[in-house]
Amino acid sequence: MNIETQTHNYTVVVLSFVVAMCLSVYPLPDSWQWFRPEFVALLVIYWVTALPHQVGILTAFIVGLAQDIVELSVIGLHALCLVAVAYFCVLSYQRIRSYALWQQSLWVFVLTGIHQVFWNWAQSFSGPNSDSLMFLTPALVSAVMWPVILIVMEWVRIRTHVRQY
Amino acid sequence: MALVLILLGNYTSVLDPIRSKLGVVSTPFYWVTNIPSRVSDWASERFASKAKVLEENAKLREELLIHKRRLQQMASIYAENIHLQQLMNSSETLKERVAVTELTGVSPDPLAHVVIIDKGSNHGVYVGQPLVDADGLMGQVIEVLPFSSRVMLITDSSHALSVQVNRNGVRTIAEGVGDLYTLELRYVSSTVDIEEGDLLETSGLGQRFPRGYPVAVVDSIVHDPGKPFVRVTARPLAQLDRSRHALLVFVDSAASATPSGVEAASVESPKGEG
Repeated sequence: MNIETQTHNYTVVVLSFVVAMCLSVYPLPDSWQWFRPEFVALLVIYWVTALPHQVGILTAFIVGLAQDIVELSVIGLHALCLVAVAYFCVLSYQRIRSYALWQQSLWVFVLTGIHQVFWNWAQSFSGPNSDSLMFLTPALVSAVMWPVILIVMEWVRIRTHVRQY
Repeated sequence: MALVLILLGNYTSVLDPIRSKLGVVSTPFYWVTNIPSRVSDWASERFASKAKVLEENAKLREELLIHKRRLQQMASIYAENIHLQQLMNSSETLKERVAVTELTGVSPDPLAHVVIIDKGSNHGVYVGQPLVDADGLMGQVIEVLPFSSRVMLITDSSHALSVQVNRNGVRTIAEGVGDLYTLELRYVSSTVDIEEGDLLETSGLGQRFPRGYPVAVVDSIVHDPGKPFVRVTARPLAQLDRSRHALLVFVDSAASATPSGVEAASVESPKGEG
């Protein structure tokens, strides 16, 4: 793969993350806040699985920092969560690719669950953390959203000629 | 490394300048995600039927009339108040400026009740500044960026403010519990004269909020003989989940050091003619 397609790939990846961050700060009513899928985490999972040699833990870290800045949360909070997700993803992407869609969803639930556990734990340094298991709701919603994200992202990836390898 | 950053950010202020610089980046995101609601606002303005507009107009005229009448009394009450304060050798009344601001976003963190407004340090906003809407106190600014700021609502579970009962001046502390429709009053002993329906207003103690802004109405009072304090819950008056426009109150810091004064926002006329 030459340099040109690499920069092209990065543009697509960055743009997709920008969209995901818009979605992650999209204003929702207070009672719906828990039902927002973790779009950025889902995209990290997607891109690590699709382009494991280009998108990895470092990318996840940078994306996490960007998300912290956009969401105005404590700097490093999402970076930590996304690094954890990316790490497990890098370890397991070969298996995920061969899974059926529902199995992938299950795995995504575990990964976003890890994301949420880290998030809840890091949140407890600075302020209140969730005292119930409510903080796992976004993981559940993310798992349900995974097929949709996958289909949309596959479409985007093929349309923008980003080659999976 | 991320953990180090989190700890640095939490326990030191090393990252603060970086944060406020980079925070500018976040403003366009909130601006973009705010577009749909702006479009719907615009559409409802554009496509409102004439009958509806006329009806609204009539209603507003009525309201204006009522408020104008109140204002007539206000002038005399205001004069009387100043006179009384002069008699008591009290410090001069503080002047407050307000600026209209628009809520552009809600913090995506489900645990925090934080909103983002479209005014920042370039408009003179400062940390600790009170935000009110038409009905009552909403919250205070906790972080200022160049073109936007974060405002913690009074219902956030880490927020508490000093309030007093409008009827008799009993002072307590109203604490957020993480529910947009509930405040809890702390350390109310069972002998305190407090009733359901009592209006709670800011007491001016703590010197963060100016005195006299309506905060909440007492909802329920539970006497539990086994507990040292009464459990009192109140419902915030501000439309915390609905307001799109709010007012930032600029309090002159020199004047706010002396917690006395008249606030136009909350003076009711208890005696009829002043």
